[in-house]
Amino acid sequence: MSELTKILLFMVSCILSHNFIFSRFLGCCPFLGVSNKVSTAAGMGLAVTFVMTLASLFTYGVYHWLLVPLGLKYLDTISFILVIAALVQFVEMFLKKSSPSLYGALGIYLPLITTNCAVLGVAVLNVSEGYNLVYSVLNGTFGALGFMLAIVLMAGVRERLETANIPKCLRGFPASLIMASMMAVGFMGFTGLV
Amino acid sequence: MQILLAALVLGGLGLVLGILLTIASKIFYVEIDPRVEEVRACLAGANCGACGYAGCDACAQAVVKGEAGINCCPPGGAAAAEGIAKVMGVAAEVAEPKVARVLCQGATGVAAQRYIYDGYKSCQAAAGLACGPKECRYACIGLGDCVERCPFGAISIQNGIAHIDEKLCKACGKCVAACPRSVIQMMPASAKVLVRCRNMDAAKPAFAVCTASCIGCGRCVKACAQEAIQVVDGFAHIDASKCTQCGECAKVCPRKCITVE
Repeated sequence: MSELTKILLFMVSCILSHNFIFSRFLGCCPFLGVSNKVSTAAGMGLAVTFVMTLASLFTYGVYHWLLVPLGLKYLDTISFILVIAALVQFVEMFLKKSSPSLYGALGIYLPLITTNCAVLGVAVLNVSEGYNLVYSVLNGTFGALGFMLAIVLMAGVRERLETANIPKCLRGFPASLIMASMMAVGFMGFTGLV
Repeated sequence: MQILLAALVLGGLGLVLGILLTIASKIFYVEIDPRVEEVRACLAGANCGACGYAGCDACAQAVVKGEAGINCCPPGGAAAAEGIAKVMGVAAEVAEPKVARVLCQGATGVAAQRYIYDGYKSCQAAAGLACGPKECRYACIGLGDCVERCPFGAISIQNGIAHIDEKLCKACGKCVAACPRSVIQMMPASAKVLVRCRNMDAAKPAFAVCTASCIGCGRCVKACAQEAIQVVDGFAHIDASKCTQCGECAKVCPRKCITVE
């Protein structure tokens, strides 16, 4: 298999079979919290994509060029948290200054991402799976796109659930959880794909 | 030694990131007009959207930019306008206070019923089903779309039609937008003599569907000394600027659809 084919398969597996929400169960909080409307869900997805790509890039640097040479591998999680928190702050400031329109669209979601475990998850996974720089960044970008796919699909379902005639005891959050589990079962079908 | 290195690396990482963020916050500093905060403090803070902006923050920004006038906040009323005027350094012009009014008296038993509606509790939905449960196509349906939208709890359904408590009404206009029949209208609070019917049909069908409908007979037109009343589109209209609120029209109305508050 050529390298290009491998990378393509890796991208597909990040989005579908190793979906952050449905097979790794990371980032479930924003998945349930910000999926009331398709437009806000897409905004959140975009912001996560942006931050996860940068986070995988920077944490790769911190891990391989700072922690490994000094023999401090065990500090990975705590230094990743530092880097990600600072990164999100920086991205927020940068967007506010350089692109107020993008800030207006993503602004309210950016602070939420600091506590999104998918972002820390991608950094830790990159280390534990031993990905190189290219694969780390691809894992960040396409893992986040998988997150975006999941959250937008969920928002679409929840918009329909609002008007659906379902038993009173299941309305709202219970119905959403049931839908999420069904979607997870659906995504499990992709496991054999790659 | 190892533990010292770990502490140093982590502390150093935190320090470097902190310094970078401080520098970045200086470079990427966005100047915010201090007046935005001050204007924001003057607004009612209900985030009702009556001003036409996304919320009080957006409204305050628009005021400072000069897009919105100082009278932009209907719930805040004169107090808000005065406060904003002070911040912005312009003279306050007090807007005529407005209030939402229900222009229908077709309560249960007054307006004829076409069918018993037992579906989803929404005027919008009921209006789509064979022109609504009341015979009159212009009547208040009374399922409370306006009640649900009112951020101030000023509207209640009494005897099958909406009632607005004018003391609680802040004139945000949400009920006006919510009503599928347009029987709620924004009016100057000083206008006390009202035609409480908007039936546009000719006299005979209007007479048949409700005992409190305006049939456009024109007796009020003749009774009005100020010539403030006209019959347009099948029902009487009162020109609030001419009306002296003498109440003669209400006395002669055979249908009792003109009321004096």
